Amino acid sequence: MDKTDEQLLETIADLHGIPEGSFNIRKNGKLLARRSDSDIEIVPKTDKDGIDIIVKPNVKNKSVHIPVLLTVGDFRDTVYNDFYIGENADVTIVAGCGIHNATCSDAEHDGIHTFYVSKNAKVRYVERHYANGDGTGKKVFDPVTKIYLKEGACFILEATQLGGVTATDRKTFATVGKNAQLIVKEKILTDGQEEAITDFRVKLNGKNSRADIVSRSVARGNSKQAFRSDMIGKNECFGHVECDGIVLDSARIISTPKIDAVSPLASLVHEAAVGKIAGEQLLKLMSLGLTEQEAEDAVIQGFLN
Amino acid sequence: MLELKNVCYSVKDEQTGKRQDILKNVNLSFESGEISVITGPNGSGKSTLIKILMGFEKPTSGTICFNGKDITQMSITERARNGFTIAFQQPVRFKGITVKKLLELACGRKLDTDGMCECLSSVGLCARNYIDRAVDGTLSGGELKRIELAMAIAKGGAVFLLDEPEAGIDLWSFEDLVKVFEKLHDKTVIIVSHQQRIMETADKIVLFDNDKLICAGKREEMFSKITKQPSLCWRNVKENANG
Repeated sequence: MDKTDEQLLETIADLHGIPEGSFNIRKNGKLLARRSDSDIEIVPKTDKDGIDIIVKPNVKNKSVHIPVLLTVGDFRDTVYNDFYIGENADVTIVAGCGIHNATCSDAEHDGIHTFYVSKNAKVRYVERHYANGDGTGKKVFDPVTKIYLKEGACFILEATQLGGVTATDRKTFATVGKNAQLIVKEKILTDGQEEAITDFRVKLNGKNSRADIVSRSVARGNSKQAFRSDMIGKNECFGHVECDGIVLDSARIISTPKIDAVSPLASLVHEAAVGKIAGEQLLKLMSLGLTEQEAEDAVIQGFLN
Repeated sequence: MLELKNVCYSVKDEQTGKRQDILKNVNLSFESGEISVITGPNGSGKSTLIKILMGFEKPTSGTICFNGKDITQMSITERARNGFTIAFQQPVRFKGITVKKLLELACGRKLDTDGMCECLSSVGLCARNYIDRAVDGTLSGGELKRIELAMAIAKGGAVFLLDEPEAGIDLWSFEDLVKVFEKLHDKTVIIVSHQQRIMETADKIVLFDNDKLICAGKREEMFSKITKQPSLCWRNVKENANG
């Protein structure tokens, strides 16, 4: 592991060196380090690139880190990771990816993640994407996240794209069972010529299923973002989708909501607001002694906090 | 001393295209160590005056001097750094910014729990329950008003501009609010208010009236003036005068 690796690991996974518990660190398509234990087993796939992460039933307060590093250009890394979460388990999964591309060819990481969450299990899934490097080569993430929630399961998805990512096309699918809950907190920051698409498809199938999707985005420079959501309520359920975007300079954010209450007992809500920073917010902060630029930064920092 | 000399402010009426005067030749002075209450009917320009003093709007003509220095063209940031502190009539909401963060931005340094407690308890809030909350729609109007005042206290300064600080604050807490103003007595305090209890704390009262000249004077003399004008619509004052 060199300095660049360490910095990327710290940014995407708050890791200073080797983490505790189970982990799998992948670098440039190869395994860098792995630890598997009896509670959380990590098994490499034999038919394609990727791993199976098996969390035993009733395993509580454990974490697993599966960061990915990409530090070369002209490389496309696609991994298939499947997560099997046992009944009543309660775990945190940290799955960031950092790209450092100083070359003029493209670097791309596509994580295809599927979660099978058993009855009454709880997962907090933290995914951070970050890229840097001065090369003209693109830094691309096209992640696909599929989530299947059994009765009483709870899944918290915290997805953050911190910056430097040239293009991303995120797809998130979820099927929510009886009394199960999906909570999404997504934060995306784009600048320059960057483009980001995020697309949610959520099926609320079970009785008393819930979904709460909050996406906050800031688009600067000439960047473009698109937020799409398609939520279907097939039972007595509650779904809430919120897309809040701040646009600066000549950036654009397009929000396309779709909510479909197939069952008349479904209650689905969509809220969206896209626009520049409210003038009164800047005035307030400037009246505390901040310059206009400092005020703008404070609003954005808080918004993406 | 804060002085306004011949301050005029007009806006363009979007329908008729004509200019409409909001403030006309305002000449006022506010001393240090003096609490002034500005009162008058809605639409008479009270809040506009506060905005002009903070630099949110620039006067169409006239000058504003602070301690002998012309600050008419001074930016908001500079005024804030020169001791001007404002509490908004309608506090601004911020998604994701916590009470703690705002208080820290206000006082310009990191605050420990004791520091937070000091600011928040003076407005009747328990720091423990609030510091980590976002200043957004999850707070009630009254809570936001109190946090707005706490921010002004945390920032400190020489000139305090408080626009209807009592609006939305329950009657039970009124006396605490008055204590906050009394603590600022060595500063220049300018409060926009319609409440008699607040006017009672004033050294000076400034009366705005739509088409008449602004008049200002000591509290006692202004009180008798206000109560003699039944056309003015301050419920508290009128009720008192009648009953």
